[in-house]
Amino acid sequence: MGLHGLLVECDDLEEVMALHRALDAERPHGVVDVVPAARTVLLTFGPTTSWATVAAAVTDLDTGLPPRSGQEREVVIPVTYDGVDLDDVAELTGMGRDEVVRRHLAADHRVAFTGFAPGFAYVVGSDRGLDVPRRATPRTRVPAGSVALAAEFTGIYPREGPGGWQLIGRTDVTLWDLDRDPPALLTPGTRVRFTEASS
Amino acid sequence: MIEVVLAGALTTVQDLGRPGHAHLGVGRSGAVDRPSLRLANRLVGNPEDAPALELTFGGLTLRAHDSVTVALTGAPARLTLEGRPGAMHAAITVAAGETLEIGMPSRGVRTYLAVRGGLVCDRALGSASTDVLSGLGPPPVTDGVRFAVGRPTAPVPGVDVVPGRSWPVEPVLRLLRGPRDDWFAPEALELLGSARFEATPSSDRVGVRLDGPPLTRVREGELPSEGMVEGAVQVPPDGHPVVFLADHPVTGGYPVVAVVHPDDVPVAAQLRPGDGVRFRFVPGPVSPPLG
Repeated sequence: MGLHGLLVECDDLEEVMALHRALDAERPHGVVDVVPAARTVLLTFGPTTSWATVAAAVTDLDTGLPPRSGQEREVVIPVTYDGVDLDDVAELTGMGRDEVVRRHLAADHRVAFTGFAPGFAYVVGSDRGLDVPRRATPRTRVPAGSVALAAEFTGIYPREGPGGWQLIGRTDVTLWDLDRDPPALLTPGTRVRFTEASS
Repeated sequence: MIEVVLAGALTTVQDLGRPGHAHLGVGRSGAVDRPSLRLANRLVGNPEDAPALELTFGGLTLRAHDSVTVALTGAPARLTLEGRPGAMHAAITVAAGETLEIGMPSRGVRTYLAVRGGLVCDRALGSASTDVLSGLGPPPVTDGVRFAVGRPTAPVPGVDVVPGRSWPVEPVLRLLRGPRDDWFAPEALELLGSARFEATPSSDRVGVRLDGPPLTRVREGELPSEGMVEGAVQVPPDGHPVVFLADHPVTGGYPVVAVVHPDDVPVAAQLRPGDGVRFRFVPGPVSPPLG
């Protein structure tokens, strides 16, 4: 991708996450940023290395590393399921509202990658029945803390901003705090457990 | 201490940004025309990454509360010190109580003002840069804001003035193909490499939005979001390309047809609304088989 970027195509999200783990464990010399996404991992690098060197280093990586169970973080996110798009999601998935909520709570979730905004995580769920497309027209204003669905992901908006995901609820957790290290609550690989917020 | 009496249309603090945080969803940010920021800092004996001011369409008035040495680079603007004309690309001493006025640039968009010693500002993730997309860093500079100035670390270099760069009327930017050129018709790629495009008023630090013949896709559907780089030419469904600058999103869901050569990104960053621009494809790095 240009002179200082290498975009690695993966077969699926599992492979992306495996490659990201391997790059986390052993980052090739000169690589500045590693950006995992849905089907790709982007590596950007400076002039101290070259495209061919980085490409060779990626090819040589051992991507067979399992998730490090001892160091695996789990974050609990209490959600109030009252999103304005919950009816649309119910219709798109052919379930009732309660069924959407029940299955979202029951599914296993893990952060696949981040992006879009500081602290915004793409949390992949285990229940394919909840997959929905983005909204045809994005909203110009989505409130902070909104919990939303798009494709196989759940996302939470760290702050108010534009967005095209289907809003199913909201949470009070702080996703981004510069006084925290790292500032993002949800980092790639983190397990996420959604619970129903007590009202 | 310096005081920004009038901040102009948009003035932000910028350094060389915060690379290395993309996995947190944080982009690099920093000066959109990094060579100009580096030069401004060198002219006053600062490290190249010292925080300085990035002016958008000039219009800034600065008062020195203590004597300071400054230098201006980037978009060439008329500047006056207590009413006397001053020079871009040179170290200028502004004595205590004196006022420096910077007018509208005649070419380009962004003028950089470095102060010897660097501006003292809070940093977020190691950088003082304002990221207009994510909201990280200090808020844009407003009228009356004062900055403390740091301690100089090196002498002012013994140069009177350095030559500026050229400002071609219709620059030709080098492009490297892909990664998603296969989403576009061959005619679209031909158009991109030959037609005249024009920067639109909705351009900002996130990207230069271009008007011109729309680039038609041959593939429909959604591209899964993927990592973005500075200089990426992203094409939304309307076919009008956007060239990403320093505050670009970390990931994006529209196909990137090509990437501007890194040395030409600062030229793109200085395109004014209505300025024409052309592109020409150059060979990219050879791709060895992966996996």
